[in-house]
Amino acid sequence: MSRDAIFSAIRRGLRRGELPADQTLGLYARLNAHPRHLIPARSRLPHPQQVDLFLRNLEKEFGTYNRVMRARDVPAAIADYLASQNLPTEMAIAPHPELRAIDWSSRPMITLREGRAEASDLVAVQHGYAAIAETGTLMLPASPQRPTTLNLLCDTEIVVLRASRVVGAMEEAWDMLRYEREGMVAGNFLPRNVMFVTGPSRSADIESTLELGAHGPRRLHVVLIDDTAG
Amino acid sequence: MQINSPNFKARSTAEIANTGLQKALVRTRPRFPAARAAAVEKLPEFEQLRDIGRDIKNHTLANLDFYLETWERNVLNAGGHVHWASTAEDARKIVLDICQRVGAKTVTKGKSMISEELSINEHLEKHGITPVETDLGEYILQIRKEAPSHIIAPAFHLNREDWEESFRKVHTDLPADRTFNERRDILIEARTRLREKFLAADVGITGANFLIAETGSNVIVTNEGNGDLTQTLPKVHIVLASIEKVVPTLEDACNMLRLLARSATGQDMSVYTTFSTGARRPGDLDGPEEYHVVVVDNGRSAMIGTEFQEMLRCIRCAACMNHCPVYQTVGGHSYGWVYPGPMGSVLTPSLIGVDKAGHLPNASTFCGKCESVCPVKIPLPKLMRHWREREFERHLQPMGVRTNLALWAFVAKRPGLYRLATRIAAKGLALLAGRKGRFSSLPFAGGWTKGRELPAPEGDTFFARYAKQQRGEA
Repeated sequence: MSRDAIFSAIRRGLRRGELPADQTLGLYARLNAHPRHLIPARSRLPHPQQVDLFLRNLEKEFGTYNRVMRARDVPAAIADYLASQNLPTEMAIAPHPELRAIDWSSRPMITLREGRAEASDLVAVQHGYAAIAETGTLMLPASPQRPTTLNLLCDTEIVVLRASRVVGAMEEAWDMLRYEREGMVAGNFLPRNVMFVTGPSRSADIESTLELGAHGPRRLHVVLIDDTAG
Repeated sequence: MQINSPNFKARSTAEIANTGLQKALVRTRPRFPAARAAAVEKLPEFEQLRDIGRDIKNHTLANLDFYLETWERNVLNAGGHVHWASTAEDARKIVLDICQRVGAKTVTKGKSMISEELSINEHLEKHGITPVETDLGEYILQIRKEAPSHIIAPAFHLNREDWEESFRKVHTDLPADRTFNERRDILIEARTRLREKFLAADVGITGANFLIAETGSNVIVTNEGNGDLTQTLPKVHIVLASIEKVVPTLEDACNMLRLLARSATGQDMSVYTTFSTGARRPGDLDGPEEYHVVVVDNGRSAMIGTEFQEMLRCIRCAACMNHCPVYQTVGGHSYGWVYPGPMGSVLTPSLIGVDKAGHLPNASTFCGKCESVCPVKIPLPKLMRHWREREFERHLQPMGVRTNLALWAFVAKRPGLYRLATRIAAKGLALLAGRKGRFSSLPFAGGWTKGRELPAPEGDTFFARYAKQQRGEA
């Protein structure tokens, strides 16, 4: 049996048998506490500046954005963006309650189809769970309301994100997910997959020269709802 | 992968004369170090993060059995499957069995060095299953039947004309007279072709940058998005991971991720960093129906408890080879197996034997640059020196090398004799060289003088000058 052979070889190398109970308890304590390490100072800012840092880093990584004041401004922002890029107005959209609550009829030109992305879809609208200022990264955990294919299959991905969901560092984004899902989900709080996306797809495999739009989206656009202003 | 490491000398000599490779090296050589330096400069805490990264890995390795068991339990709780493989052969069999059970015809693949190590593609092909590499660099190498020459930029050694020629040769359904005006046209052709493969594949195979014990997750990191398409679209996802990939918690992974992309490409974060945990959940609209992880040992457990244990901290960022004067001259193919550069010079002898890979740890100037940029502070020169010692102990070097080393050691251990010998040599060589002060040929130094002249010693030996200085004469 490979499993036994591997574990005996590891223990032989470590010159011990199975860990004694007191040491195991210590390791479980570390797992349960999951302590944070050093978090770089660059994201230790008041929240409004974290939002600015997120947007700056998003742009540095070739993403684009516009800011709107209310959720009801989202359809217009998306329509304007699509028009500016000469993109079609048919979209696959995440079946998320926050996106459903938006009145899309204000923009009759926009055609929405709820669900996962299919190969023929050109534009996806995804729900942003959280964003990380330190690196300009979107956090997109999979769920029935947030299908993974929307992050991958379309030429253009538009992510609707509330400014209150911007955090400084990845550790804080994990805490958000732990807090909101632990207890709710039996056992493991992680969904099937959690994608962290930092800009549109790219490759430097041809002559070590960066080109955008490798296999994933060629464009990544964030519509940020300023829900923190008050 | 076939082992060509014993031929390092012949291969590296040939690669120095390979104009395509040298053109690529000139282009690439300055880029990775400059990108890394810029990223590090913008993060004042980087040095501390390196220490933390080293400590996390050391802690995990000291408790590796515990963390692997915890990780396994959490994969099973999330509905995934774990397979243990002691050898490459075990791993190949496990992968093939899964593919055959689900009736797979094509398998898409994310970039994975362990897959190269295990020769997964050859094995699948032999059994009528078509593997398709989807990382752009790996795709062209598969077409050209070449091995990767770098662990994160596998096809950096190719030039545009190579890409165009290969695409024309295999994409025969496209017009033969199409033009590639820019690199972008090559990229678009690959994107279109591979999109069809992603949609048709029955199984997706990826590597793993990390395994997370706390959650039973695996992490992959890509810029292209090919890894995510590989693991999302087919009905089965197989992860290949070696035993040392595990870290305890998500917070530990955060620290490792801050090191990885900066050390590799100089990015703050790769475009796609994805944590996968088990298969599709009830209500999910996409994702694989089966999630398997093949955990591979293949020689690594034998490194634990030896002086080479530190090598198991490696996170495969490639900073060492990007900064290595030897790698940057002879390229990756010279090393003759999966892992090139300084990390390969330590790891390869551990995995395939120092009898086959002994040249690799010798191919170093010991400049120490690799250790100074390693995100987890692996003392690569020290470990290469350990391999040189092992090689000497096992009498693997040619007789001439051993005799000369023994002679040198005899003299070096006798200070009086050493001073006398160096004095005679210095004076003698200075005299022989005459007014020119250089040799264009010299017995026993042909290896040097074939390519350049050897300067003759000037004046006294170091000891003589030092003594003079101490007396206040200089």
